[in-house]
Amino acid sequence: MTTILTPPTHTPARPVRAGRRGLTRARRRSLLGALYAAPTAAMVGAFFVVPLLLVVWMSLHKWPLLAPATYNAPDNYTNISENQLIGSAIAFTLKYTLVMTVLLFGLAFGLALLVQRRRTGVGFFRTAFFLPMAVGFASASLLFLGLLSDEIGPVNEVLRTLGLVDGYVSWTSGSSTTALSSAVLLVLWRFAGFNMLILLTGLQAIPLEIYEAARIDGASRWQIFRRVTLPLMRPTIALVLTLMTTGSLLAFDQFWILTRGGPDNSTTSLVMVIYREAFIRLDLGSAAAISVALLAVLVVVNIIQLGVLRRRSS
Amino acid sequence: MRTGVLKSWGYGATGGALAILFLFPLLWSGWASLRTGTGFGLENYDRLFTSDNGIRPHHVINSITVSALTVGGTLLVSTLGGYAFGRFRFPGKETLFLVTLAILMVPYATILIALYVLLGWLGLQDSLIGLSLVLIMFQLPFSLFMMRNSFEAIPLELEESAQVDGCTTVTTLTRILLPAVRPGLITVGLFAFLTSWNEFFAPLILLNSTDKFTTTLAVVNMRTASHGSIDYAALEAGVVVMAVPCLILFAFMQRSYVRGFISGALKG
Repeated sequence: MTTILTPPTHTPARPVRAGRRGLTRARRRSLLGALYAAPTAAMVGAFFVVPLLLVVWMSLHKWPLLAPATYNAPDNYTNISENQLIGSAIAFTLKYTLVMTVLLFGLAFGLALLVQRRRTGVGFFRTAFFLPMAVGFASASLLFLGLLSDEIGPVNEVLRTLGLVDGYVSWTSGSSTTALSSAVLLVLWRFAGFNMLILLTGLQAIPLEIYEAARIDGASRWQIFRRVTLPLMRPTIALVLTLMTTGSLLAFDQFWILTRGGPDNSTTSLVMVIYREAFIRLDLGSAAAISVALLAVLVVVNIIQLGVLRRRSS
Repeated sequence: MRTGVLKSWGYGATGGALAILFLFPLLWSGWASLRTGTGFGLENYDRLFTSDNGIRPHHVINSITVSALTVGGTLLVSTLGGYAFGRFRFPGKETLFLVTLAILMVPYATILIALYVLLGWLGLQDSLIGLSLVLIMFQLPFSLFMMRNSFEAIPLELEESAQVDGCTTVTTLTRILLPAVRPGLITVGLFAFLTSWNEFFAPLILLNSTDKFTTTLAVVNMRTASHGSIDYAALEAGVVVMAVPCLILFAFMQRSYVRGFISGALKG
């Protein structure tokens, strides 16, 4: 009796043998695995799958913050097209995404090319470019709020000394252009080094022999860049661009903190509208509908990226 | 030869100028936080902690609580999960892994509205525990992926010899495998800390009362709640208070830092 019921965990690990004992051992081990995975399953189920279904359910209801919900589909969705602020927020978010992605990609790629080879100072440069990533994004937004302010910021003074501006420019709230530029500057500073690092891993994965072969064939530096570097970097570039567009479409902190969405709602992003619908207008149903629409757009963006990556690897 | 010298000069000058531009804001915020009307001192820090809508010690304690809960919870769940995914076969394994990774595809903002309602139902509204649970969930794709890879990298023989010595799976995990996955644990813990310490949007939605605010929320509140003038110098002091722990960690753990960021991005 004791020999049969000895817990399998006490027996030496051996390849699973056919027969009853082997079968129970395998089953026991699979049960143990499921047990270890249970906390993950519980967390993912309760705080991801359920909310995901709930947000869709909420979007079909009139769901005031403090009163019972009533079914009203598809009002929340039709209201999206009628709400003026949403319209302008979509336009602004798309414009911001385009500007941000182009500039950030250009800068990050430039930095990556600058520091790709091992030479003097390269470690210091990489650290300097990456260091802003160590500061939280909300803190970085507050940092730039002070940096660009008239009261304690040095920016206006420097520009005046250089003769580039007369008097004071209120960067974060003066006009929609300066407000947008402030946010763009902040994001460039904070995220360029991070994207540089990802692009760097892509650059360094290209075998040096390919470059040498191209050089022997008499290719110019520009030709090597166009015909060797860019094509081989495609998966990394696709990844970086996806991260950038996704991040920009979800912009919140930089505008909430730096520009307050102003002046005159001109820098109000889509996620700010979601927040406003939910916690200022207290209409959770409407916020949920915008969320679902945004989610759908992002899933499409992600699928396109996966497609690009897969085409590359096949 | 001459072009070589010129090129290396161009590289040094460009790199140096850019490095100054990138480092300047950080150095400036430290300088601005110490500058007072008459010279240098800690006046701005004093105002940060004493002015009407400034931060209070309990905000810092809240931040530490949320960070501790998030780091502890993330390590616990992702270690057990990573062990399960790296070493066992069980029904639903692939599905669970894919669903966990799908968290990455679904942005914060879109499910936080639902999480706000859900936590209300669970009696966890305006609660640091509720916030920590949400932060743990958002950390899971990265952490689970990291820990699964760490467990998969351990040679099977190590585990088998432990079992020959009479270890159960639990004692094998705690005595033999945990020391072997330490680098993974450090990276996972580091990122759980950085996220929970710096996170702004999730606490903004999930915490309502100023008593429960984390430091980030309280410092941002100094800016958003002020209708008149903003105390910029105290704000920069707040930025420094927030940034210093992260910069210290960066200085000591640069390797885990960079590895985490890169594998975090490349898993996508």
